[in-house]
Amino acid sequence: MKRTVAIMAGAALILLFATLMLVVMPYVQMASEPVPKDLEPYTEAELRGRQLYISEGCMYCHSQQPRDPGYSAADSRRGWGRAAVPGDYAYDQPHLMGTMRTGPDLLNIGARQPSQQWHLIHLYNPRAVSPDSTMPPYRYLFEVVGNPLDGETVVEIPAPYGPDEGVVVTTQAVEDLVAYLKALDRTYPADALPREQTGNEGEGEP
Amino acid sequence: MTPTIALLLVLTFIVSIIGLLALVWSIATDQFGQGQSAARTIFAPGEIGRPEDPARGPDEPAFRPRDDEEVEAVAERRRADQSARVPVLTLLGSAVAWLVVGSAYGLISSLKMHMPELLADTATLTFGRIRPMHLNAVAYGWTSMAGLGVAVWLIPRLFKTPLVGAGFATAGAWLWNLGMALGLIAIGAGFSDGEEWLEIPWQIDLLFVVGGGLCAVPLLLTVRNRQVRHLYVTSWYLMAALIWFPVLFLIANLPYVFPGASGATVNWWFAHNVLGLWVTPIGVGIAYYMIPKILGRPVISYQLSLLGFWSLALFYSQVGVHHLIGGPVPTWLVTLSIVHSVMMVVPVVTVAINHHGTMFGHFGMLRVSPTLRFVWIGSLMYTASSLQGSMEALRSVNLITHFTHYTVGHAHLGLYGFLAFILFGAIYFIMPRLTAWEWPSRRLISLHFWLAAGGGLLYVVALTIGGWLQGLALIDPETPFMESVRLTLPYLEARSLGGTLMTLSHLVFAGHFFTMLLRSGRPATAPTLFRAATRESSA
Repeated sequence: MKRTVAIMAGAALILLFATLMLVVMPYVQMASEPVPKDLEPYTEAELRGRQLYISEGCMYCHSQQPRDPGYSAADSRRGWGRAAVPGDYAYDQPHLMGTMRTGPDLLNIGARQPSQQWHLIHLYNPRAVSPDSTMPPYRYLFEVVGNPLDGETVVEIPAPYGPDEGVVVTTQAVEDLVAYLKALDRTYPADALPREQTGNEGEGEP
Repeated sequence: MTPTIALLLVLTFIVSIIGLLALVWSIATDQFGQGQSAARTIFAPGEIGRPEDPARGPDEPAFRPRDDEEVEAVAERRRADQSARVPVLTLLGSAVAWLVVGSAYGLISSLKMHMPELLADTATLTFGRIRPMHLNAVAYGWTSMAGLGVAVWLIPRLFKTPLVGAGFATAGAWLWNLGMALGLIAIGAGFSDGEEWLEIPWQIDLLFVVGGGLCAVPLLLTVRNRQVRHLYVTSWYLMAALIWFPVLFLIANLPYVFPGASGATVNWWFAHNVLGLWVTPIGVGIAYYMIPKILGRPVISYQLSLLGFWSLALFYSQVGVHHLIGGPVPTWLVTLSIVHSVMMVVPVVTVAINHHGTMFGHFGMLRVSPTLRFVWIGSLMYTASSLQGSMEALRSVNLITHFTHYTVGHAHLGLYGFLAFILFGAIYFIMPRLTAWEWPSRRLISLHFWLAAGGGLLYVVALTIGGWLQGLALIDPETPFMESVRLTLPYLEARSLGGTLMTLSHLVFAGHFFTMLLRSGRPATAPTLFRAATRESSA
């Protein structure tokens, strides 16, 4: 019995140590990072849109973390923005950094593509604006009506991507999503760059 | 940054001192002294040198007891096996059902990656929901439940005493099933927590914590009654895994605690620990039992296995942040994870020496034993995927492979090539002993193997090449982004073909499994180890 306890206690202690290193210490350090003064909290509509971004799983194909030009120059050269810093995510709960780039990075899509109509057409059918896109269409976030009422936003879907009859109008949900996408704009200057300023760091092993 | 580095230095110093003390303690208390005798604890008297496998050819008789002591040992083990029957059949049956469900989701996700209009008009079936449903169904449904099932079955065998508190594990299995079903419904309905590997809403996660905890209860109750002096290395892995998983899962799912960038480090610390501290110890532990048991040959270096265990615990628990190389988290943290990822070579090589070294000279057995073939291929893929993982953590390699399908190929080499194969093999070994029934068809086992191996190989090779090319396109600013999408299409189609073969193999396996549960085919009435002998006389 004593040996069983020793093994289990040893295993638990090692995990405790790892938790200290990988959870507690980064938390302490990053919690003290300044929030960039130009970063604004999300509005109610943007937060609802963010929730839709999560429920439709956008983060499985789109990252939100442009890389440091010193590490990979392609991100900034493509106009995806400067290297992200921890402060950029001060209002992000949960984080949506992502690990795949089946589609492009979106941390600054709001600055890159400010047109609401573009976003709406793209969401209705991505191939309407980007012929080879493999992104799924989100037609179920729109409604097709015969005659739009006053105050309804009509989306001008180019042929042949629109419905056979009627016009496409937005729903509250898709408007919120576009509001969130347009709010993705971290182009303000950030002071604290978290990594490789010295540039002499090796691979971490001999 | 300076106080952080100072703290790191102090911590490193303290850990070295503790490690040194632990070494002194283990030498003083003769932890290494038992050596090869400890490796023999899993064998009944007279078993060494005689292979054991229920699904071998009828022309080769399995172990037959030669004297009273051996008869007694075999009868005892049969009692131990039967004591875990209900929870193990519940866990394994559920796991196989989730495997079929998870494969269907996986195949649909794969097809959607090159056919974006497929099933696109229903929110529940959109790619962004089907993909996490696939991951959760195979990770927490199939892999975890099958791993728990095999672990619960191994406990009485390892401790040579009937399982105490089997009811707790059965209850735990049903709670886990409930959590799994509710979790998939929640993701399908759009209620996701939004972090990879942690999508299931935290309210439902409580069911997993309680269910997993209940499955660990029989372990703690049985260990008090154990009839063996030495705890075989497999039980080390299983005990540790059953401690680690509930703690990890609880911390990572704490709602509202970790905002912003620190949420990302917790996310990936957890996600890689699910692999490192949950499924890896289970898979490696099972292989440590199955390979020597089937060959009738103790592992070649028992001391090495203990070194492998502790180095796995120490290094694997800190590799997670290599998923954020180049990301907005502190450099020291990323470097720490890279160093540990590379250090993982130590436990991987020790395990490889033991598994493959024990096989050495006995590879002919792969022709006759389905269990051994599945388990050893699994073990080989563990070596391959782990070494690949250490390479991938290097900054120069990660620069290319990060954000690409290459990572997905690597994940499947690990979770499928390594773990699923070991679980398949273990299930082929366990079922005849629990149901007192033979697998109805050797041909179906063979079909399962070749479809799974062929499909898995095609899957991994396609994504490895496609992902690498995608990565090269992504880091070249002169290449338009859309080119990185276009060039992957043929590889994604090949992946779908591989996925189809894998799904077919799972349908064959599940059909065979449930046919066996319904007891169709030839009857087998003799005690476990006499089966092959009976079959021989009836043939």
